[in-house]
Amino acid sequence: MSLPDEQGHFGPFGGRYVPETLMPALQELSRAYAQAKADPAFQAELAELLRDFAGRATPLYEARNLSRRLGRARIFLKREDLAHTGAHKINNVLGQVLLARRMGKRRIIAETGAGQHGVATATGAALMGMECLVHMGTLDIERQAVNVERMRMLGARVEPVEAGSRSLKDAVNQAIRDWVTNVGHTHYIIGSVVGPHPYPMMVRDFQAVIGREARQQALERTGRLPDLLVACVGAGSNAIGLFHPFLGDEVAMVGVEAAGHGLGSGAHAASLSAGSPGVLHGASLYLLQDQHGQVREAHSIAAGLDYPGVGPEHSLLKDLKRVRYMAVSDDEAVRAFMRLTREEGIIPALESAHALAALEHLAPELPEGAMVVVCLSGRGDKDLAQVAAYLEEQS
Amino acid sequence: MSASIKEAFAAARGQGRCAFLPFVTGGYPDPELCLELMQTLDQAGADLIEVGVPFSDPLADGPVIQRSSQLALAAGATPGSVLELVARAAARVAAPLVLMTYVNPLLAMGTAEFAARAAGAGAAGVIVPDLPPEEAGPWLEAARGQDLDTVFLAAPTTPPERLARIAAVSRGFLYYVALVGVTGAELALDQGLLDGLQKAREVAGLPVAAGFGVATPAQARGLAAAADGVIVGSALMRQMLEAPQAKTGLAACQRLAQDLARSLGRA
Repeated sequence: MSLPDEQGHFGPFGGRYVPETLMPALQELSRAYAQAKADPAFQAELAELLRDFAGRATPLYEARNLSRRLGRARIFLKREDLAHTGAHKINNVLGQVLLARRMGKRRIIAETGAGQHGVATATGAALMGMECLVHMGTLDIERQAVNVERMRMLGARVEPVEAGSRSLKDAVNQAIRDWVTNVGHTHYIIGSVVGPHPYPMMVRDFQAVIGREARQQALERTGRLPDLLVACVGAGSNAIGLFHPFLGDEVAMVGVEAAGHGLGSGAHAASLSAGSPGVLHGASLYLLQDQHGQVREAHSIAAGLDYPGVGPEHSLLKDLKRVRYMAVSDDEAVRAFMRLTREEGIIPALESAHALAALEHLAPELPEGAMVVVCLSGRGDKDLAQVAAYLEEQS
Repeated sequence: MSASIKEAFAAARGQGRCAFLPFVTGGYPDPELCLELMQTLDQAGADLIEVGVPFSDPLADGPVIQRSSQLALAAGATPGSVLELVARAAARVAAPLVLMTYVNPLLAMGTAEFAARAAGAGAAGVIVPDLPPEEAGPWLEAARGQDLDTVFLAAPTTPPERLARIAAVSRGFLYYVALVGVTGAELALDQGLLDGLQKAREVAGLPVAAGFGVATPAQARGLAAAADGVIVGSALMRQMLEAPQAKTGLAACQRLAQDLARSLGRA
């Protein structure tokens, strides 16, 4: 299937719902991206950066201890935590900074939740010698202090966002307002598969390197495709990156949302599991909203999942039932975080720990010998203080 | 019953002046005071009043309207309550009322129902700042069915061929965004802006009103040469937000509105 259409629609989702001031910039970006995508020189430069700068391909690691405990399946981890800057976010950023340079933009802005996208963007901007400003909610600044320091060390300005949820949603609002104001010389690097067209398509394309590599690695290693793919879903970039190259295959896929304190509690970030279609940040998608169309605040212990919408392509894949979406709680995620740390000697990001937690539910359903690929989207160094505090509170 | 948008602009033009279009956040500070503010603005010389439906994530708005929207929501405003407020205002003010709503509250109510209730409340038109013509099909159909004017926005970044497309779906007037930025930002009144407005008027074939960042009578007067109307929102809401009491805020808005109306040529 070839989605989105010319106007950025994934079925009823996607599109462009933005102030008019940005429409010409989005059209320019679409044109520039189409040209870059077709330009072998652009693709070669990106491939080189992904290899030599970001450290790709990331390994597909067979987690034997985890597999043994779960009993039935062979579990492989796609090690995006080993990519430069510690998460998959760099894949998209390198593509977009090259594009920004090509478009003659000299200022880069981004939003960040967990800080992983902010760090990746600050890194890309440093590499390109571009000015960089990252919008970040004050709640996230508190809980992701290490990443704030990293961004500053890399030369980026971190602009605190005090409004609303003080987290990712309002950081995106502020980034869009910044872009509206400085659209002439600024490129906005959205960190996930959300926002107005062409972002959901473009970010997906840049992240699809995850799935392309995993596909090749699986074939080389086992001679066949995996039976199941599992990834966490905040707004959905690592998941779509893993899933997309397999959409035409008979491979089952599960996207794992953040159930926070539980789906019944109201304090969660499970837009697909418990939201409804609407428009947020320039696109039609599933979001958390009240009956009047006011966007609700999301909650997750993982700052990178703490967002009240899920990208338009995931929204369509849910409606088509091509991907199954489920949700796991803060508590399950923290337990999965600890288990992988002790069991495999890998400290996962709290975001990625949601995908690992889902395995506990999924494994008993799997046939003997099934092959599962889990996207380990990021590393957990940034989360140590938060996990320690959480465990302290629980004990 | 409100006069239509077309008649309001024609009346202003007949008197040799530029129309004055103040904006209020619906339901801020509360429904009664908001109604009083609309009546005050009406008497102070408004030719048309814009009523904003407060939204949780107002992307096109600067800090002032973000704040007034948040306070309105905290005071319990909903799209439905703002429509009720418009119905009450329509019976009390001479100026036609135009709703301004982000697209998500409109979709949540349903485009057909929103259009029916807006028309039923006596609104003359609706502005949806995050709905470009490309995505507006269902909304246009719903609004046309209720004889509601659909006001679209053009910006300084809009190229000429796109301007024609925007004008083609606009009814009532065309909203020209006077600056590259959000509402309430600092407006630079330069030749480029006046040229842009002039171009928009040539292409539009309907009245063009300029807004975003217009804060002072001098700025309004400067725009009057090139526009059919001038929209002022943040500067008025700021008077309300900064006033120690609602009554002093209303008085400050009255003074500013009178000054703005006079600067646009109202006797």
